[in-house]
Amino acid sequence: MEYEPVIGLEVHVQLNTESKIFCGCSTKFGSDSNTQTCPVCLGLPGVLPVLNEEVLKKGILAGLAINAKIASYSKFDRKNYFYPDLPKAYQISQYDKPICEDGYIEIPVKNGLKKIGIKRLHLEEDAGKSIHSETPGNNFSFVDLNRTGVPLAEIVSEPELGSGDEAYEYLQKIKTIMKYIDVSDVNMEEGSLRCDVNVSVREKGAVKFGEKVEIKNLNSFKSVRASINYEIERQIRMIESGEKIVQETRLWDADSNETYSMRSKEDAHDYRYFPDPDLAPIILAPEYIEEIKKTLPELPDAKLRRFVDEYSLPEYDSSVLTSVKQLADYFEETVKLGANPKKASNWIMSELLARITNPEEIKSFHASPGMLAKLLALIEDGTISGKIAKTVFEEMTATGKGPEQIIDEKGLKQVSDTGEIDSMIDAVLKNNQKSVDDFKNGKENAFKFLVGQVMKESKGKANPILVNDLLLKKISG
Amino acid sequence: MITDKTISSLSEMLEKKEISSREICQAYLKRISDLNGRLNAYITVDPGMLMVEAGISDERRSSGKQLSRYDGIPIAVKDNISTKGVKTTCASRILSNFVPPYDAHSYEQMKSRGFLLLGKTNMDEFAMGSTTETSYFGPSKNPFNTDRVPGGSSGGSAVAVSSGMAPGALGSDTGGSIRQPAAFCGVVGIKPTYGRVSRYGLVAYASSLDQIGAFATTVGDAAVLLSTISGHDVRDTTSIDREVDFRPGDLSGDVSGVRIGVPEEYFEGVSEEIAAVIKNKISLLEKSGAVVEKISLKYTEYAIPVYYLIATAEASSNLARYDGVRYGLRPEGINNLSDLYLKSRSEGFGREVKRRIILGTFSLSSGYYDAYYMKALKGRTLIIRDFQDAFSKVDAIISPVTTTTAFKIGEMISDPLQMYMSDILTISTNLAGIPGISVPVGVDGKGMPIGLQIMGDHFREKTILSLAANVEKTCEKIKPEI
Repeated sequence: MEYEPVIGLEVHVQLNTESKIFCGCSTKFGSDSNTQTCPVCLGLPGVLPVLNEEVLKKGILAGLAINAKIASYSKFDRKNYFYPDLPKAYQISQYDKPICEDGYIEIPVKNGLKKIGIKRLHLEEDAGKSIHSETPGNNFSFVDLNRTGVPLAEIVSEPELGSGDEAYEYLQKIKTIMKYIDVSDVNMEEGSLRCDVNVSVREKGAVKFGEKVEIKNLNSFKSVRASINYEIERQIRMIESGEKIVQETRLWDADSNETYSMRSKEDAHDYRYFPDPDLAPIILAPEYIEEIKKTLPELPDAKLRRFVDEYSLPEYDSSVLTSVKQLADYFEETVKLGANPKKASNWIMSELLARITNPEEIKSFHASPGMLAKLLALIEDGTISGKIAKTVFEEMTATGKGPEQIIDEKGLKQVSDTGEIDSMIDAVLKNNQKSVDDFKNGKENAFKFLVGQVMKESKGKANPILVNDLLLKKISG
Repeated sequence: MITDKTISSLSEMLEKKEISSREICQAYLKRISDLNGRLNAYITVDPGMLMVEAGISDERRSSGKQLSRYDGIPIAVKDNISTKGVKTTCASRILSNFVPPYDAHSYEQMKSRGFLLLGKTNMDEFAMGSTTETSYFGPSKNPFNTDRVPGGSSGGSAVAVSSGMAPGALGSDTGGSIRQPAAFCGVVGIKPTYGRVSRYGLVAYASSLDQIGAFATTVGDAAVLLSTISGHDVRDTTSIDREVDFRPGDLSGDVSGVRIGVPEEYFEGVSEEIAAVIKNKISLLEKSGAVVEKISLKYTEYAIPVYYLIATAEASSNLARYDGVRYGLRPEGINNLSDLYLKSRSEGFGREVKRRIILGTFSLSSGYYDAYYMKALKGRTLIIRDFQDAFSKVDAIISPVTTTTAFKIGEMISDPLQMYMSDILTISTNLAGIPGISVPVGVDGKGMPIGLQIMGDHFREKTILSLAANVEKTCEKIKPEI
């Protein structure tokens, strides 16, 4: 029997606004516990939420970036449940009228691109954090409400992902897009991106979905992929051994690489959603959405296509360069300053990316696009060789000095004076008579050795093409 | 006697330097210490703090820096309106020690004009009730007959004003909680349009219905207090920026040409004595030039079920935050999380609050939502349309406030459904969000006060206050003998 997995993802993206969604408290990460709170996010009696317009704008921008429809009418609802880190005992979220619906993104698959539908994007507030003491004998738990009220956008995909790999690509794409439009830091370690997975398995070609299992506690893209793969296998194994799959929530254990049951459907919460009477519905004028649309930057997919078309770059180069907006900007800036696109791309992909851990921080990188463009020009006009250029680049990234200054200071200028090269060749030939003989006896390698010796003599500065020509003339002549 | 004076006359005396704020406050404190033991109108009074504030007010005035002509006049505030540094208990055990770190917007407005806090008044627990009998601190007593209820939920505020323990008071009205006790205690009570006064700092019972309003002995004073607390507040997105056009000077009392609707449904089940008094007042208005016509508010009978579904649904969520985790009651001997929730809430809430939380939780539950909560929202829309239709024909609607005068303490508390039914004449205004005022217009055979209700269209406080001022002129002052 052949089986087909059906996977959907619920991604929570923390929006990077300065203040919380319904009060003026800071959203800064990592401050001392309970220092970023006020009566509103503490849920004291009698206080009221007020929507932060920046959250609304970022939510709309995110919706536009995933090709979703922006609702002209949406509203906030209360999701009721008790938990110590949820001060009001309800989370303000959006239930049946989310701000964005019906979008999609495209992810790379084996033979091209696959469109993954996005059911909705809605806005909500984050809960606080419970911290359970691990000291034996101390059975207190602690609550940190700094995160309470931090804005979230929850992005719910259609159940259209077919494998752990596709889920991985989907997350990558969501992450890239959210970064491009600067609505979130999308950092899974800091919790600014969180992901729950729904997995079911059905017979290939079946119309009906199988019972779905939700997986929580996923803390990296890799664990998302691994947990899906594990879960697909587990479910197929169960079906084949005649067991019934039950709708349940399972937790991923990253140490044992397994999922285990947390609660069954019967224990599922009844959240008793109802419209929050403290917040008026959001009614958006088309002009308001249009204004936000104008701020939407070129998105990664479009940029990739443009790089292929405009700069004649290979697909691979384009996808690497456009994976991070700052990197793409760096590349374009370099080209704008006169560099050959393919050469610039090569240098960025091999030399630059080898020296930088986070391409988003490329702005603080010493070697600016201007310096790289200049460096490439200096190779082009023969001032330095490609090899020397690597030394210069290294020096540029370390010191921030311009290429010309480095070349001057270190005397790295390429030697193209034939007289000078001639005398170097003469010296090398004198000391390597055996190699000269070998060459004359037909050993091609001996010529390469001699060229190397001349380059060595010049400390790498001799123009290699001239060395080649002159040497060949001398020993064959 | 100082405690017989209106806010307006106290203000005049202060302006003329015939009296000091300290003298006024002393007189009220004396009155409170004489009567509060019997009437239980106040939960918290802090004489020391009040006298300090009165002294500061007198200094402001003597240096010509008074905050307004009312600077130095003390006012009672219902105990569900947050007062920074002063206990705000909602008459509940669960908040019996809660001291808010912020002021409600309405109280802030009062303070900014120099009004002082006389004390926090008793109420039904979390404003759930029509008698103050559900208060954790025991019921307030009606000053006209201490065997009888003062009404509720803002009963303490009504009693304080009626018995001369305060010249005026703030209350809140979710289904009649200002107008009904005002009627029962023979004072003026006004609930403004939803959104006229910020709810920031009002401890929520039913957010879409709650509205802060005022009690006073005269219509003019009620207008003073309401105009003071009205206004837009950025911290409440349901508050609305509207011009305040109903200060005492704006109220002409001229009713000629004003169209008054009298809804037949609002006289069903009303005691004959009350109906007769109200009809008499309506005919007097007609003689003064008002145009009276019969109207129908045909969905009135649905108001009770609609109200008790919506209010309890919102309440079940609003009161969920009292979980023993951060503030409020946390009983001893808690062993785990569910214990914490169960014990804090079981011991912290009274019977009526629990009943409403359970009702609301049920009607929001999956499988019941459409049949109850959703249906109630539709019913609410019909009631709103009823009023829209009516106000396309008339400027104001006049009716009784209650079907009976104040009943005996204990008479209804064991029959919640009967108690809920007694709100029938006041809750529709909350569902529609329109303003309503209760004006004392006489007493029944047992000497208990009767109230006349005037309802207006959204933001027509001026219309109903003007009419009320006219009605007031035709009435003898009702005072309890106490």
